[in-house]
Amino acid sequence: MSGRTAFDLDLAQALIDRKRDTPGATLPILHDLQERFGYIDDRVIPLVAEALNISRAETLGVISFYHDFHRSPVDGRALKLCRAESCQSMGCEDLVSHLELRHRIKVDEDNHSGLHVETVYCLGNCALSPAALLDGAPIGRLDRDRIDAIVAAAQGKTQ
Amino acid sequence: MSIRVFVPADSSALSVGADLVANAIGDEARGRGLEVELVRTGSRGLFWLEPLVEVETAAGRVGYGPIASGETAQLFEAGFLTGGAHPKALGRVDDIPYLAKQQRLIFARCGLTDPLSLDEYRRHGGLRGLERALALGPKATVEEVLASGLRGRGGAGFPTGIKWRTTAGVAADQKYVVCNADEGDSGTFADRMLMEGDPFLLIEGMAIAGVSVGATRGYVYIRSEYPHAFATFQGAIERARAGGLLGPSVLGSGLAFDLEARLGAGAYICGEETSLLDSLEGKRGQIRVKPPLPAISGLFGKPTVINNVLSFASTPWILEHSAKAYAAYGVGRSLGSQPFQLAGNIRQGGLIELAFGATLRELIEGFGGGTRTGRPIRAVQVGGPLGAYLPESLLDTPLDYESMAAAGGMLGHGGVVVFDDTVDMARQARFAFAFCAKESCGKCTPCRIGSTRGVETVDKIIAGRDRPKNVQLLRDLCEVMTDGSLCALGGLAPMPVLSALNHFSEDFAKAPPRAAAE
Repeated sequence: MSGRTAFDLDLAQALIDRKRDTPGATLPILHDLQERFGYIDDRVIPLVAEALNISRAETLGVISFYHDFHRSPVDGRALKLCRAESCQSMGCEDLVSHLELRHRIKVDEDNHSGLHVETVYCLGNCALSPAALLDGAPIGRLDRDRIDAIVAAAQGKTQ
Repeated sequence: MSIRVFVPADSSALSVGADLVANAIGDEARGRGLEVELVRTGSRGLFWLEPLVEVETAAGRVGYGPIASGETAQLFEAGFLTGGAHPKALGRVDDIPYLAKQQRLIFARCGLTDPLSLDEYRRHGGLRGLERALALGPKATVEEVLASGLRGRGGAGFPTGIKWRTTAGVAADQKYVVCNADEGDSGTFADRMLMEGDPFLLIEGMAIAGVSVGATRGYVYIRSEYPHAFATFQGAIERARAGGLLGPSVLGSGLAFDLEARLGAGAYICGEETSLLDSLEGKRGQIRVKPPLPAISGLFGKPTVINNVLSFASTPWILEHSAKAYAAYGVGRSLGSQPFQLAGNIRQGGLIELAFGATLRELIEGFGGGTRTGRPIRAVQVGGPLGAYLPESLLDTPLDYESMAAAGGMLGHGGVVVFDDTVDMARQARFAFAFCAKESCGKCTPCRIGSTRGVETVDKIIAGRDRPKNVQLLRDLCEVMTDGSLCALGGLAPMPVLSALNHFSEDFAKAPPRAAAE
């Protein structure tokens, strides 16, 4: 998943410069920034705008359009939980309420529990629903027990 | 000589522990002093059997599955390296009825080989289509694709050959070939499986397109929810370049074609081709008004062939075996094969490639073996989140473009999601609108505002408020969205809603839940 290098303007500029001449460079640059820092700091907006010769408003417009890009740091492990139809048919919404009732973890909210759970729509693992990605590693046939184990491991890791 | 053992590295297989199994087999073999060559392959698409371990024996490749990492010592004890008996033994994998009954044209090689070995690709018949295209020349290649009847496998079903002929006919200093690998529909995974299991096939198909329309550059836009497919595909591009399949002279033809893989950023709308092009250009993924057609003015304003993964991946077979041989598969105006994807609440989910015309029931009951929960089937959604929910009584509908449309649905990208009798269809209708509201690009009002008003109206119906009036309002809204939206997202979001309302009206007439009653 995302890296955890502390935000650094010079490093950000270097990442931007590396791809500024690539055709259609906006998304590749934003991906690089998020991968390095774990989120897209607002301080890069003028730098990206300058490098790509677009306005700051356009740059922010792109960042805010795509669900992947976070504008503030997300802490802990990242669980991308699929909540599309195939996973619905196998009870993903039960896992969402289990997370909230049993572990007080609300999906798509920062809760400082050591585990950030994010909604995604389809991971292409629909024959083994419900599906998720834990820090980029695929999980199929997810159930309550597995959720409990993931939460326990994430909290053990951050305490 | 060492014995070859195959364990998939497909991300679905990984999701149920394929890496652990591969490592355990390696450790076990070393501990026993046995020479085993472990090959990581794509998946055969029999996902309920994953992790599926295969061994090359005198009798052919035999399978064992699903195998847990704790079971590998047992496998060695049972002599699996020579095809020994074991409770999880499946016999020859090619003879498993689920696979034997298929007509695999596109997925013939998937799961057999190391996906990143260009030598293996050649040895298993790869590159013959491209070689024939180079021998035929551009014009005849485009005509061959046109004559095959191949229609866009992304969902719209537009003839691929027409797109190619249009781009080929435009004079320009630069043309592009773009692959839409933004496979966002729930219940679909064929593109992902192909990019992870047989990526050179997609590269070969795109190279055929490139040399025949005169495009020298190509892009593959892969969704970020597919990190493994992206990594595998990037590896395949590098190897294709090193092997002369891509670069300044494709297979020594003197014709240039090169590819780049680009990562999406979590936006369903980018599966719409014009949104995808804007996203590739570095903008918000908003749809474009057509015309101009991308074939004439596409990426960076240049003529662009844009097709789905499976459309490109069909062309090597067509070129190798002829348009006529391809058109012998299928029915009516739906020619060739379609990789169907069986998903959701299903006992034996997986990839089923068949000629068009098989029925939903053959797929769900014949291949899938019914629901995983063992409860009766209540609804089947075909064609992704914008496809119709069909009741049990329509399961005998043949799966081809025209028959599905006649049944009030659509085939889309070939995904089939099964629901048992616990499903609440009013909730599913609400989700269809909520999804559209979240994923709308915002360019047109019917989609941007209509989807939100749709959620509110379904909520009122569920809560039991003025039901007849609100059901009528919902139908009116669906009409406005269908007729007034700029693209398929707003235009088709009413399809799951109306199908739920028409086939499962009892779910919209239930006593309101206490919490929702005011």
